[in-house]
Amino acid sequence: MTSGSIFAVFDPAGPYAGSITTLAWVLIAMFVAVLAVVIAALWIALRGSGRLKARLGGTRAIWIGGIGFPVVVLTALLVYGLTLTRHLTAPMPQDAMRVRITGEMWWWRVAYLDPSGRPFMLDANELHIPAGRPVLLELESNDVIHSFWVPRLSGKLDMVPGRRNTLPIQADGPGVFAGQCAEYCGGPHALMGFVVIAHEPAAFDRMMAARRAPRPVPDERGRQLFRSTGCAACHRIAGTEANGMAGPDLTHVGSRRSLGAGILPNNRGTLAGWIGDSQAIKPGNRMPPYKTLSAADLQALAAYLEARK
Amino acid sequence: MHTVRALLPLLLTAGCKPPPDEAQHMPQADPVRGKQAIVRAGCGACHVVPGLRWPQGQSGPSLEGFADQGLIAGRLPNRPDLLVAYVRNAPATLPGTTMPAMPLTDGEARDVAAYLYASGKR
Repeated sequence: MTSGSIFAVFDPAGPYAGSITTLAWVLIAMFVAVLAVVIAALWIALRGSGRLKARLGGTRAIWIGGIGFPVVVLTALLVYGLTLTRHLTAPMPQDAMRVRITGEMWWWRVAYLDPSGRPFMLDANELHIPAGRPVLLELESNDVIHSFWVPRLSGKLDMVPGRRNTLPIQADGPGVFAGQCAEYCGGPHALMGFVVIAHEPAAFDRMMAARRAPRPVPDERGRQLFRSTGCAACHRIAGTEANGMAGPDLTHVGSRRSLGAGILPNNRGTLAGWIGDSQAIKPGNRMPPYKTLSAADLQALAAYLEARK
Repeated sequence: MHTVRALLPLLLTAGCKPPPDEAQHMPQADPVRGKQAIVRAGCGACHVVPGLRWPQGQSGPSLEGFADQGLIAGRLPNRPDLLVAYVRNAPATLPGTTMPAMPLTDGEARDVAAYLYASGKR
């Protein structure tokens, strides 16, 4: 699900990732140029004529090549790099959208924030943003150090317990962008993926308005099962009595593109498989297997969750 | 070429067990596309699927050796037409089964069935 090109870092989709990619190409070009100079010097030292060897070994060559060249080039690079990436730490517009993302073992808690910084909508493992607008992420952790990384939208930034780091992201156009925890955080760290979905701004506003509207939950059987089988102890579904906060918020789970933190496609089948035995899929994750559910109950729960749009 | 390679085990064993192999022949389906559809639909969330390293779900039965299996879900004869229908919409094919309907087109379901028959030899 979170696959895609391993060269995503060279395929930026927004300004924050773009400047980092530009800097990376400049560094690669410099590496190639310096390597060429070193190889040339090596060739002269081994095979060159006596006159060239003498020049290469002289004091002047050391002053120019060993001190002057690095000082000039590295200073220029420092100035260029800081100028190029200045916007990464520049203050965001006051009205910029803010989202708090909290690293958990091994998933992501997502809270959309109002202008005063209070959460008004909870979600997990996926982030919806408007295309063409900067979004400020507040990155935190509830347990160990994680690292937030959506290579096509931004650089990576650690989520450190007890700290709040901020990271701007922006997608220039609509699209789906894969992310991945980039700091080893134990057990199923490699299966801790993330998905960012960028929408046209109008479509984004419509989606958020629809999500904020009151949501009737007509499926009484699913709702009962969700409570009686214990799901509600860890998972919240807004508009119902299910209010557990230990695991991912499932209010909108049916509209997600992925399950298990960006790792499985999301459909009724994978929902049933995850509920039945998520340990076989993501060993070590904190959800226990529910192998005692009857076929009918498992079907009903999967259908109930699939309808939580 | 892919089709030939994928069907090679089927051809090699054709002499040993002609009746089931004949019956499982699916000329219009492509096992290679079938495997892609299996990954896309996430069949591995519930099943161990031959040739798929991850995920190897345990909620449903393993599909290793499916070609030699007598019945689908213990109830239906293991025939291509029934397997295609079951893979796509299990509850409609066999009411009461745990497996839900999967987001597959009819063509994809045929490819998935072909993959299970071509790869699922013991």
